[in-house]
Amino acid sequence: MSTTTAGYVFIAAMIVALIAVYKPLGDYIYRVVTREKHRAPERFVYKLVGVKADTEQTWGGYARSVLAFSALSIFFLYGLQRLQEHLPWSNGMAEVPAALSWNTAVSFTTNTNWQAYSGESTMGHLVQMAGLAVQNFVSAAVGVAVAIVLVRGFARKLTDRLGNFWVDLTRITIWVLLPIAIVGAVVLIIGGAVQNLTAETVTQAGQHITGGPVASQEVIKELGTNGGGFYNANSAHPFENPTSWTNFFEIFLILCVPFALTRTFGRMVGDKRQGLAIAGVMAVIALASVLLVVGFENAADGTVPTAIGAAMEGREVRFGTPNSSFFAAATTLTSTGAVDSFHDSYSAWGGGVLTLNMLLGEVAPGGVGAGLYGMLVLAVITVFVAGLMVGRTPEYLGKKIGAREIKLASMYFLTTPALVLIGLAASISVPDNLTSMQDKGTHGLSEMLYAFASASNNNGSAFAGFSANTDWFNTALGLCMFFGRFLPIIFVLALAGSLAKQKATPASEGTFPTHKPLFVGMVVFTTLILVALTFLPVLALGPVAEGLF
Amino acid sequence: MRLPNWISSHLAALRAMLVFTLLLGLAYPLLMVAIGQIPGLKDKADGSLIYDDKGNVIGSSLIGQAYTDADGAALKQYFQSRPSAAGDGYDPLASGASNLGPENIVDTLADPANPEESGAPSLLTQVCARSVEIGEREGVDGSRPYCTDAGVGAVLGVFRAEGLTGAITRVVSLNEDCASTPAPFMATYEGVTVECAKFGEDYAKALVTPIRGDAPADPAVPADAVSASGSGLDPHISVAYAELQAKRIAKERGMDVTAVEKLIEDNTTGRFLGFMGEPAVNVVELNLALDKARPYAS
Repeated sequence: MSTTTAGYVFIAAMIVALIAVYKPLGDYIYRVVTREKHRAPERFVYKLVGVKADTEQTWGGYARSVLAFSALSIFFLYGLQRLQEHLPWSNGMAEVPAALSWNTAVSFTTNTNWQAYSGESTMGHLVQMAGLAVQNFVSAAVGVAVAIVLVRGFARKLTDRLGNFWVDLTRITIWVLLPIAIVGAVVLIIGGAVQNLTAETVTQAGQHITGGPVASQEVIKELGTNGGGFYNANSAHPFENPTSWTNFFEIFLILCVPFALTRTFGRMVGDKRQGLAIAGVMAVIALASVLLVVGFENAADGTVPTAIGAAMEGREVRFGTPNSSFFAAATTLTSTGAVDSFHDSYSAWGGGVLTLNMLLGEVAPGGVGAGLYGMLVLAVITVFVAGLMVGRTPEYLGKKIGAREIKLASMYFLTTPALVLIGLAASISVPDNLTSMQDKGTHGLSEMLYAFASASNNNGSAFAGFSANTDWFNTALGLCMFFGRFLPIIFVLALAGSLAKQKATPASEGTFPTHKPLFVGMVVFTTLILVALTFLPVLALGPVAEGLF
Repeated sequence: MRLPNWISSHLAALRAMLVFTLLLGLAYPLLMVAIGQIPGLKDKADGSLIYDDKGNVIGSSLIGQAYTDADGAALKQYFQSRPSAAGDGYDPLASGASNLGPENIVDTLADPANPEESGAPSLLTQVCARSVEIGEREGVDGSRPYCTDAGVGAVLGVFRAEGLTGAITRVVSLNEDCASTPAPFMATYEGVTVECAKFGEDYAKALVTPIRGDAPADPAVPADAVSASGSGLDPHISVAYAELQAKRIAKERGMDVTAVEKLIEDNTTGRFLGFMGEPAVNVVELNLALDKARPYAS
């Protein structure tokens, strides 16, 4: 089998695997988040936390809980890094500097996992386990919880109660993420991922073989679409991703929950076809993007790739070019940001598609939870556009999309473009910042655009030749991560609150059906047009100019 | 006493943080460490370490090694790994890639007045230099597209009368320093004499023009041999690169080429299930097998 054919079979096998888990996983999450009865382990957690599990919150109360929990998480993570040398399992690592601790704390709490540090030389085992890995779980659970609240907004009527954050957080963590993580970690250990508490083993020849609780962190890093690597080389490191089949497994972990959540959504609104339609939109965009990246990288355009003869710079032999390119597409289509090959060395067009994936808002299928709520907001905008065309009040899932709803949806959509473009423009107008670019000119602009797209969309991957570890960029990118995470969450919760208050409008003959291919096509085009209009100028100056000349 | 809302929600957040830290930050990873100690998993959880007869650790089968002498020159009796951007090469304390882009093709020249500023080769020049070196070592043609015969990136800076357009006024071979280049790789470009490059001259206005040359599109030295891996710790090379090295190994060790090829075959993993990944030869294990089959006497 040729390399190219094997690459396409790999993609086909992934599609089959995702279809296989779509129904069982989606239905399972549905049961976890809708179950009336609280099981014993949950009740134990509620007791420790001190919450009344049967009291539901308004959208405002829910938002306050999300923000309180996230703020606490940032402070806790910051403190843990600052104090690490006085704590056990520090492996002799010194305290992490203040600016870097802050950046890392925000980065992991916002599910971004932008890493301005190198794991093997900065973070001891305790910070990795008790700090970073914990956020990998809970920041993912927060994303799913917010998505579930938005779905409740559609599903419920005439109420201001949208669920209890602590219940959602606990259930998603201990019934969805933790069991999959435990099984997945064992699978990765079988593949060869490291899982011990050894600092390092020095060989006869003086090579330092590192150790650590890697497998347990690797699995949740992918499953929770987090992306922060135990090691600097991230999932390219043989101890994180040892074989070609662990590579398949990791891509699967990245994609399984975001896709399955559309099934949960369909079940919750009482019409599985609605979930399939949303999954269809995600699948169309994702497949197109994967094929483009794989195609561009197989072609290996550009001076250096032509000289090398294949796009092998920054890639591992065991994965090869097509599978590495698939991983790169998957990690940017979701909010993961883990890498098994290094994006800065991608061809101009391949790297451009990766940037575009993030600029799409990471909705195909997006981060766990974040992808679903992002896509539902786009669906709301689409029915609004469709409503304008025929002159009817738009409806989605029996809820009228009025002025307040469309304002919230618009503000959601505009947040990240504003952060990306303002951040980029402000940065580029300060001459000192240009020294962070590896190459002047178009590739340098692509690097900086990638950094802001990654931070604002909470992705976390980088064109790593770009020197982002300066005061300016640590601050600017930190702010992008923070606002890029929490402003959209507030808008989504507010949208959910306003939808839940409405009564349900029964579908009539004039209602635009939102489960048919026409709707799928419209959402795809709405997404592409909105993003194209917003970002075409900057893409033309960066990746497009780079690819053409 | 009833606490204000914002305080009670922060207290709940604090308690939740502590509960989840104990559960997810300690119990879960430690449980996985314990599971990793089960016989059968233990070797892998501990890093697939390789021991010699005396029980000393000599490496990990997953972590590549550099087979070079103290000066960084290749040890000819061993299969060579890929180039590595991890520290000084295969340093697990500094894993990572070069992160150099596809159009990183212009070198920074050395400053003759300041020995500290030794310049920096572009990714293109690194690729060209590796190809020439490997070509010489293995006795094959090391030429590649966009590379000079001497192994630097074949890149011209073309000055035109009106900037982007107009008659060519001057041509500089950007990666060929006058200090070390007897003559540029091409004498003239569209009728204009090509100059070598001088440190300190400003070439920012020149159009950067890589020259393809007539090297084959599919060079004799394989792609993985001239490119740095993502982790810098890649334990594998392609089958093509291993086979290219077989003749030299056989000669250095006085072995039969077929015996060396058999060892390569034994240490090759094919695609998993026939379609995942690429066939790969584990250099660490291959070199160990080699030392076992025919110890090298220098």
